[in-house]
Amino acid sequence: MSTIILTGGRVIDPSQNLDEITDVAIVNGKIDAMGRGLSDAAAGRTTPTDSRRKTDGSPETMDCSGLVVSPGFIDVHCHLREPGREDVETIATGAAAAAAGGFTAVCAMPNTDPVTDNQAAVGFVVRQAQRAGMARVFPIGAVSVGQRGEVLAEFGEMIAAGAVAVSDDGKPVASAHLMRTALEYARTFNVPVADHCEEPTLASGGVMNEGLISMKLGLKGIPSEAEEIMAIRDILLARRTGGHIHLCHMSTRGSVELIRWGKDRHINVTAEVCPHHLSLTDEAVGSYDTHAKMNPPLRTGEDVAALRDAVRDGTIDVIATDHAPHHYDEKEREFSDAPNGIVGFETALAVNITWLVRPGIIDLPLLIERMSCAPARLFHLPGGTLRRGSPADVTVFDPKAEWQVSSAKFKTKGRNTPYQGMTLTGRVHATIVDGKVVHRAAS
Amino acid sequence: MSAAGAAPLGKDLLGIEPLSTEQIQLILDTSEPFKEISERAIKKVPTLRGATIVNLFFESSTRTRISFEFAEKRLSADTVNVGQSGSSVAKGETLVDTARNLEAMRIDMVVIRHAASGAAQFLADRIESNVINAGDGTHEHPTQGLLDLLTLRDHFKTLEGIKVCIVGDVLHSRVARSNIWGLRKMGAEVAVCGPRSLLPNAIDEFGVTVFDRVEAAIEWADALNVLRLQLERMQLGYIPSLREYNRVFGVTRERLNRAKRDILILHPGPMNRGVEIDSDVADGPFSVILDQVTNGVAVRMAVLYLLSGGKPELAERAKAGGGGGST
Repeated sequence: MSTIILTGGRVIDPSQNLDEITDVAIVNGKIDAMGRGLSDAAAGRTTPTDSRRKTDGSPETMDCSGLVVSPGFIDVHCHLREPGREDVETIATGAAAAAAGGFTAVCAMPNTDPVTDNQAAVGFVVRQAQRAGMARVFPIGAVSVGQRGEVLAEFGEMIAAGAVAVSDDGKPVASAHLMRTALEYARTFNVPVADHCEEPTLASGGVMNEGLISMKLGLKGIPSEAEEIMAIRDILLARRTGGHIHLCHMSTRGSVELIRWGKDRHINVTAEVCPHHLSLTDEAVGSYDTHAKMNPPLRTGEDVAALRDAVRDGTIDVIATDHAPHHYDEKEREFSDAPNGIVGFETALAVNITWLVRPGIIDLPLLIERMSCAPARLFHLPGGTLRRGSPADVTVFDPKAEWQVSSAKFKTKGRNTPYQGMTLTGRVHATIVDGKVVHRAAS
Repeated sequence: MSAAGAAPLGKDLLGIEPLSTEQIQLILDTSEPFKEISERAIKKVPTLRGATIVNLFFESSTRTRISFEFAEKRLSADTVNVGQSGSSVAKGETLVDTARNLEAMRIDMVVIRHAASGAAQFLADRIESNVINAGDGTHEHPTQGLLDLLTLRDHFKTLEGIKVCIVGDVLHSRVARSNIWGLRKMGAEVAVCGPRSLLPNAIDEFGVTVFDRVEAAIEWADALNVLRLQLERMQLGYIPSLREYNRVFGVTRERLNRAKRDILILHPGPMNRGVEIDSDVADGPFSVILDQVTNGVAVRMAVLYLLSGGKPELAERAKAGGGGGST
């Protein structure tokens, strides 16, 4: 029997409308009890401070005073690169980086090489994640075989093997007919179809937001409409089919308005936004900084403001990282040739606290709702709650700690972050998955 | 060579956007004494003797490459030309490795032409040598912009208040961007004219007038800078046909009848005669297209001189053979 008691923390669990200073007891991988004085009752023999040396089954206590105890963060959108690009990230390094960022579970996109488009490939991801034993990794299966946008992949078998959603992320589902069929077919299995909204002919060749800055830099722009046209297409197809469309990494004000339109009509649409789209604008591209190159691109201040509002009012349901590690060499080149994407696990909490909580746009309970409860609910995942009996996936973080981003210290193999050198607020103290402490901050 | 920081233009010339009005003025003024060198029988001064310059042309160029090479040779620099084919770049070497290798050979300056916007900046951020942008993607072509300014100034005596319209494919033109920055900084009025599909969507935020009809632009302008229409634009669907482009936007003799009497016609070359410009205009009395080419050498000599740490006030002496660059 293994027991951990988290003592004296501010326990915030939006799934139970809970926000109070109390203790949480974890027994055998489950949330066992909550209430004041649990440590005294259960652990008379241990010291009240961190006692990492557990002997003869006596409970471990973790002093959480001054810290927040929340249901573990869940990232519904990341790229772990295995199989195919193990030089850039593996499931083990990705899951460790996720744990370091406070994520107890992440959903891995299928744009691996080969594509995760069948039950064997899904099973491989599941096994590698179990072997790593860090954050949980839930595979997302491809919508189409090879992500080629032609033939539906075998959703049924992939879901039976452990897939929790389907997506051709990295590529849009260009064919409206295929998307319609995917929404209908996914409905059978009650999983969301997550779409990377990008009208391919309009976005073709684009490398940043289309606007004044792209014009000045002489870089081909991607207009907002490339995202919005696909967002409304998907929303309309969800209306037609009743399927669950989940819109990935929304980046524009127009998309927010379209999602709001869909939700007002009770269409089954949910949406995510990434921390970088809530904090940075296309000005970050500056003098061709490839660490500010991602797809969808960083947009304007007006878009950022609309996305922040949408996180607050619930038009956007979840914050997801789109963690996308790349090799140093690949980013160290001409802007137009560099790959899209940045790493996100280990900065997500701090970016969200620095740009959303500190300015008062949202409070901590709402941040936890967007980073933990909502992702669990929408993707039907374990976690996202501290209810008694639920899996003990818990994140403990210091919402006030300031730290300087140093990519050299990241657990991910990727070093591609636009936040390098910035001082951010909010730091993960410990990450507990299935009752086991998988990450502890260096003291 | 003096320390880079002491140079009046800074270390590099990457674009006209980062230049101040004074710096542009300085380059134009410094170009004046250098014009004369190219008119001599012995077209050579020892100003940059001992300096090594690499011309890295990753994209094909005849005029700009030769112009830079003459400018360098007339200043007595040692130059090496590297093209894409036959170089290690063709074997898959990255730009950053190319840069480091050049640096290791202790060169003084790099002139770079590259198809990617930002390539010159990329290089400049990574090497100590001076970097001159000879055209990067659709970003800037600063020496072209400067030679255009010099040519206009030669004719109008000032750039303040003159009306210049850039005609053609502004969307894909680095020459247009450098011209817009330079002309606006020097107090000229700038307009653009072309099919909307070849103008940047954000052009209205750029502080220039937009003419949809070339006839109106011609009536308005003191000078037209007619851009080359890249033939592949038609294949990519930006315009329906070259024929229609000429019919609607071509600068023709007939359309010039409505122009001011002393209108000036510029073109950065190479021209598509019969597409964006008719031959009788290109070869006609208003054309200063060959003056631009002549001025190109002088402007590039001035830029090389100033970046090498040459004192502006010594340019006259450098011309006379005093070697003002080797301070």
